Amino acid sequence: MPEAMDASPGAAAGGLAGRLWRGLRLPLGDPLAVFGLMIYVLFILTAVFADQLATHDPTEILYTPDYDLAADRRPGEDGYILGTTSLGRDIWSQLVYGSRSALLIGLTAAVMVALIGTLVGLVAGYFGGWVDAVLMRLADIAFGIPFLPFVIVLSAFLEPSIWNVVLAMALVLWRDTGRVIRSQVLSLRTRAYVEAARVCGSSDLKIVFRHIAPNILPLSFLYGSIAIGWAILTEASISFLGFGDPDTISWGTMLQDAYASQALSTRAFHWFVPPGLCIILVVVAGFLVSRGYEEILFPKLKE
Amino acid sequence: MSGPRAGVPLIEAEDVAMHFRVGSALSALVGGRPALVRAVDGVSLTLMRGESVGLLGESGCGKTTMGRLLLRLLRPSAGRIRFDGEDIAALSGAGLRRFRARAQMIFQNPFEALNPRFTIAAALAEPLENAGIPRAEWAGRIERAMELVRLPDPGQFLARRPHQLSGGQLQRVVMARALLLDPDFVVADEPVSMLDVSVRAGVLNVFREVRARLGLTAIYISHDLALVRYVCERTVVMYLGRVVEDGPTEAMIEDPLHPYTRALVAAVPTPDPDQSHAPLPIGRGAPDARNPPSGCRFRDRCPLAHDRCAAEAPRPTRIGARTVYCHLHG
Amino acid sequence: MTETILDIRDLAIAYRVAQGEMRAVDGASLAVPAGTITGLVGESGCGKTTLARALTRVMPGNARLAGGQALFAGRDLMTLPEAEMNRLRWREIAFVPQSAMNSLDPVYRVGTQLREVLVGRGGMDRRRARARAEELFGMVGIEPRRLGDYPHQFSGGMRQRVAIALALALGPRLVIADEPVTALDVIVQRQILDQLLELQKGLGLSVILVTHDISVVAYVCDRVAVMYAGQVVEAGDVRTVLTRPAHPYTMGLCNAFPHLDGARGVLTPIEGAPPDLLAPPPGCRFAPRCPFAVDACRRQAPPVQAIGGTHLAACHRIAEAEALRARAARVETWAAMAETVA
Repeated sequence: MPEAMDASPGAAAGGLAGRLWRGLRLPLGDPLAVFGLMIYVLFILTAVFADQLATHDPTEILYTPDYDLAADRRPGEDGYILGTTSLGRDIWSQLVYGSRSALLIGLTAAVMVALIGTLVGLVAGYFGGWVDAVLMRLADIAFGIPFLPFVIVLSAFLEPSIWNVVLAMALVLWRDTGRVIRSQVLSLRTRAYVEAARVCGSSDLKIVFRHIAPNILPLSFLYGSIAIGWAILTEASISFLGFGDPDTISWGTMLQDAYASQALSTRAFHWFVPPGLCIILVVVAGFLVSRGYEEILFPKLKE
Repeated sequence: MSGPRAGVPLIEAEDVAMHFRVGSALSALVGGRPALVRAVDGVSLTLMRGESVGLLGESGCGKTTMGRLLLRLLRPSAGRIRFDGEDIAALSGAGLRRFRARAQMIFQNPFEALNPRFTIAAALAEPLENAGIPRAEWAGRIERAMELVRLPDPGQFLARRPHQLSGGQLQRVVMARALLLDPDFVVADEPVSMLDVSVRAGVLNVFREVRARLGLTAIYISHDLALVRYVCERTVVMYLGRVVEDGPTEAMIEDPLHPYTRALVAAVPTPDPDQSHAPLPIGRGAPDARNPPSGCRFRDRCPLAHDRCAAEAPRPTRIGARTVYCHLHG
Repeated sequence: MTETILDIRDLAIAYRVAQGEMRAVDGASLAVPAGTITGLVGESGCGKTTLARALTRVMPGNARLAGGQALFAGRDLMTLPEAEMNRLRWREIAFVPQSAMNSLDPVYRVGTQLREVLVGRGGMDRRRARARAEELFGMVGIEPRRLGDYPHQFSGGMRQRVAIALALALGPRLVIADEPVTALDVIVQRQILDQLLELQKGLGLSVILVTHDISVVAYVCDRVAVMYAGQVVEAGDVRTVLTRPAHPYTMGLCNAFPHLDGARGVLTPIEGAPPDLLAPPPGCRFAPRCPFAVDACRRQAPPVQAIGGTHLAACHRIAEAEALRARAARVETWAAMAETVA
């Protein structure tokens, strides 16, 4: 029976990556979720190949051959794909590089939120008792913190950086993930097969990671994909309000720049519509993907 | 009662209690003290090596809690449980792992007792891995256990997942898993109640056979005396967290001493169309573990209760090989 | 002979499932005499619950009538317009579900729910409804003051009593009870069955009792129909069917139970599992598990034949029933099947 033995947990534990992948269960059955995933892929490719896609340095102030400032160019004019800002910077290149900071923030925030929330939920739900009480009171405190003001205060204490948003999200937004996963773990913990694992001598760690965690992974990914949109939106809001990092190009700083330069009154739509659109697209994509996960988790929603 | 060391106790439970607090901390703050459920309330029980004992009672009598206490799936609020002379509450690390290998459980619902994500092979490998059995021995051990529970041609099951097996097959896999590490003690918690009638007999037969063959010490939890009679020589009847009668099963059926046992014997369903339809000698209503009556816990449903039953809890009285907790006999 | 209140003829109910169409009930026939309790007994998946639910015409969306009739007082329940069917529910035909929790709304007091049926369905005024609710609780042995309680305040057995009171609210002639005592402990089970018997005798009810438990049938039923793989394989009065079964499946069921009386012999399991209803075997559906199957059984479905009086069975070897019963009582007979079915 050697072939059957390959299916033993020992063998499965070797393929951690494979198990993670199976736990991930990409929502490929739902066309809208696939559309969302495609938007993600598009933005990831843009961020990866930003150096190739951008036509200029996004922070460089551009001049005409006559040493005039190449400001306020309309799309296509003088070869600037999306035109330039009123300070003579290339909007297309800013948009392309903006995808980098957006994805950096979005993905790190998603990973932090999903990771912290999942760990908290697993520990609180499985072990219960005072550990659970302490963690859940912390979650209550996190629930009491108004998110945007918290990020602003944090930025005021630390120097302006896009990482403030990630830090703030890691400090505050694990609460939703943690709560939901804890309640899920509470019900999984009472399953007979979890008790069976205890009877046959499995350690708590083994039970948590082998028997409980795989069942809640899709939930972690659901909250992670929600966090992506949140993080990008928050970063944009912070930058727009002027608390962002002025040296980093992001869609939020682009909007702030356009707003401060009264792009709206000069009808420079080519300046503020593209970053706005990009934010909307990424956030909507996050929503579509999370919807796909929801349908995996709660199949009854389909009806 | 076979085996080389018959007559030696394997499990000694002394005055074991398990109290659960119900209701949230908030309701305790608003409404005073939280309710205390005395699921098990002072049970003493000794199991000899190789003995099989039925734990009989209605839902809520504490029989399942007692089974879980004996396996250290719960820690008692009071009292002590010794397994092979050792206090199981004190076990940890390697000692606990050794205990886990020796004391096993067969679950009520075979459809839930195996992780749906794992193949049968993976489910069977888990205890072997935990016990540190060399991998080379796994296949042989699994094959032997599957043979014991009469799963012919085990190869065909190993690669499958639980949902691809029938209830009877699953319960045999659950039993095989319990037997993999050659345990001394097995708790079976209503192992056939979720199974179809036609396969129940098969699972019961396997249980009886395996127990006798391996000289296992076993506890069979049920509310049906006919099932207990089929697999156990001795029966312990529980009511609201306490033992009411303890003794040889056959004697108990022929002449139940406690009024509650009498009702249980009369209530056993039989497929005989000419059976008696006389009303059961027991009051209506369900036992409430939150508000048990004073004195004898059974007195509010007992047709023979008198003043003394409310005043004091009955002490154990030995009558031959049996022990009964009732004022009628004391 | 008494009048027949319900005459089920060759009924077939099919479920649409991913793999095709599954006939959960496939040509079941059964006559229910008025004023009796008829047991419908079988294992899970034999179609007994589907059949019982079909009689109330409350079925899941993927189920459809695939043939046959169910004549209630001469009218076919299967083709009755929905409005007419609705008039029959509660007033003529009532249903007691397996888990009373499913028929009771946890957020309303049970009295409110009972009166809702009496007022909304029965058209009673509030005062009469209140009196009737108290009367019903008295009938099922619950103190009327408990009408003010919520479902969770009742124990499992009490809840089942409430469900019976609810079913009897508008004085139906036929009550269909689906595993009414399955989830209960032996003592409560017995008390509920006693109550059911008392009510049935007192009110002259006709009852269809769906159960997997032959003991329940033996205790309360006058007649019994044994179902296997969507078909009624044996029917008759309880004493005859349980003491002189003519179908090998019934013989197997009767030997698969532990008793309290007699010797503690060895139980005889029926090896194997019921067939996949998506692809039932040709011929007799029990043949693959039957120790007495001959070639004819595997080729041709046996017709339902009368043995004597109302005793019917669908078996090719019906003439040898006496001899087969003796063989079926032996463990070796069934054990020999272990290798065949595996």
